[in-house]
Amino acid sequence: MKVVTAVQRAISTVSRVEIARWISPGLWLTLLAVAGFGAWPLVIGQASLRETLFTALLAIALASSLNIILGFTGYVSFGHVVFFGLGGYVGMLVLSKGAPLWVAMPLGGLAAGLLAYGLGAAILRLRGAYFTLATIGVNEAMRAFVNNFAPFGGATGISLKFTVYNDYGGAANALWLVYGLLLAVTLAAILLSYTVKTSKFGLGLMAIREDEDAAEVMGVVTPRAKTWAYVLSAIIPGIVGVIFFFKNGNIEPADAFRLQISIESIVMVMLGGQGTVIGAVLGAAGYQQLRSFLLTNPLVKDLQLAIAGGLLLLIVLFIPTGVVGLIRRKLPVLRKLLV
Amino acid sequence: MLLELNCVSRSFGGLHALSDVTITLPQGEILGLLGPNGAGKTTLFNVINGVCPPSAGTVRFRGQDVTGKPPYALSHMGLARTHQIVRPLNELTVRENVMVGACFGHEQRRLGEAATIAEQTLAFVGLEARTNQLAGSLNVAEKKRLELARALAARPLLLLLDEVLAGLNPVEIGAMVEIVRQIRDQGVTIFMIEHVMHAIMNVSDRIVVLEYGRLIAEGTPAQVANDPKVIEAYLGRSPHTAQAG
Ligand SMILES: Nc1ncnc2c1ncn2[C@@H]1O[C@H](COP(=O)(O)OP(=O)(O)O)[C@@H](O)[C@H]1O
Ligand SMILES: [Mg+2]
Repeated sequence: MKVVTAVQRAISTVSRVEIARWISPGLWLTLLAVAGFGAWPLVIGQASLRETLFTALLAIALASSLNIILGFTGYVSFGHVVFFGLGGYVGMLVLSKGAPLWVAMPLGGLAAGLLAYGLGAAILRLRGAYFTLATIGVNEAMRAFVNNFAPFGGATGISLKFTVYNDYGGAANALWLVYGLLLAVTLAAILLSYTVKTSKFGLGLMAIREDEDAAEVMGVVTPRAKTWAYVLSAIIPGIVGVIFFFKNGNIEPADAFRLQISIESIVMVMLGGQGTVIGAVLGAAGYQQLRSFLLTNPLVKDLQLAIAGGLLLLIVLFIPTGVVGLIRRKLPVLRKLLV
Repeated sequence: MLLELNCVSRSFGGLHALSDVTITLPQGEILGLLGPNGAGKTTLFNVINGVCPPSAGTVRFRGQDVTGKPPYALSHMGLARTHQIVRPLNELTVRENVMVGACFGHEQRRLGEAATIAEQTLAFVGLEARTNQLAGSLNVAEKKRLELARALAARPLLLLLDEVLAGLNPVEIGAMVEIVRQIRDQGVTIFMIEHVMHAIMNVSDRIVVLEYGRLIAEGTPAQVANDPKVIEAYLGRSPHTAQAG
């Protein structure tokens, strides 16, 4: 009898926490906002708005994924674009062989996840700047490899025949479809980020971020936790890579493994607030806003990367916890909302 | 025997931090570890919990050879420790810090259970008022309690305490000693390093003394307190102080 009540009590505590986890206004408001903005072009059927928001959603998906390894675990992956590029390549390869998009997307994610898993054992042993340098090395090595890898088309890459889009109701229709898919994947990325952050696994990651040796002493199996964090942060970029290059129609090494995308993702996460689900979303949206302004401004058009670098420096120096961290400190009432 | 160290040595470059140390610790005991600064006490704990593997010798815990196993493996087997220099997870709350111990240590609790255990443990060490604060905002005495709570939340079989009394005032020392006794009464075996002489004399069943990495004495508190080698090593080389002690 006693055992039964103890068990009942345990179950009710567990489910109370589990329920509380999903009654999170911060999470739902974020999802709702992204879904609302994201669906707007679909509702009004405006192609130019769709293109603007495509870039923004892409940024949110990449930043939210990067945040898992960068913000939760404290490992600065500078070459994260390698997962986007590899996913894109694997997807384009199977698409060019006639596989449908629904097959290519998971395959791209799988390839990225497998690469992260394999790399994890090797480079996640490195700490701090050494890890960061290794991720850049991996990306550059991958670019060089793909440049000479015949199945991926070497330096010329892979192009899709225009007829491929016929299966998706023609090119114009495919653009809408691709947009809808990206919206869904972006929402999934946010949900994944939140699920990781509020899980036991996520608590282990944050312990690693704060003090890896202490985490290990308390029982966190750090090599395993870090590897899975890396894998989870790689899968969505892999899927997004497939979507992006399918829309693009062709992929080549210089586009797939562009370090600038990595750097910008880091700026987004840091700008919004590393380690927070909302921070990655706000940072990505905010940075894209800034970027589109810069792109249309002829004065600074070619200085984008310099500006991204300068911005990163300013953030690290003055608001290391990002906008969300700043608001949390200044307005503690909003703490609960800013997941 | 819960813990057996057999001829354990550890050197750093040319420095012999530990030489040929053999210690056994039966279940249910409070074993004190005394020794002057730099004697190798913390290094001994690091060797036991796998933070730094011994250069020679073996460590057995719960009858198994655990020499060279990583710290998390020992944690899972039921070993927990506190650090002399506190290592709070600064950007996490006090509750979350303790939950890490409950989630990943000996009992591997689920998140929900861990939250309950964290609250109980924080009340036990008297930190309940700080539960929702960030760990980085605690003062040193509170951080020491947090270290202890984190270790306890794992519900370990063996607890290694590295100078939990250092830096506390006499009232805080009294409270902490009481907590240590209660932990032992719950059936946890304790191995504690301490500088505060009278406290460790009061609370230990048995004491071992290290000097320059070697074990120089072992026995009941009374035996150790009257051991001339200990008096010389621990209370300084001045015969005057030694007599006073
Ligand atoms: N990781 C390390 N690297 C080099 N030397 C160390 C390391 N850890 C401890 N030592 C040295 O080992 C000796 C014993 O240190 P320690 O175990 O911390 O002493 P205690 O805890 O008894 O004061 C000291 O001389 C210290 O400098
Ligand atoms: Mg010490």
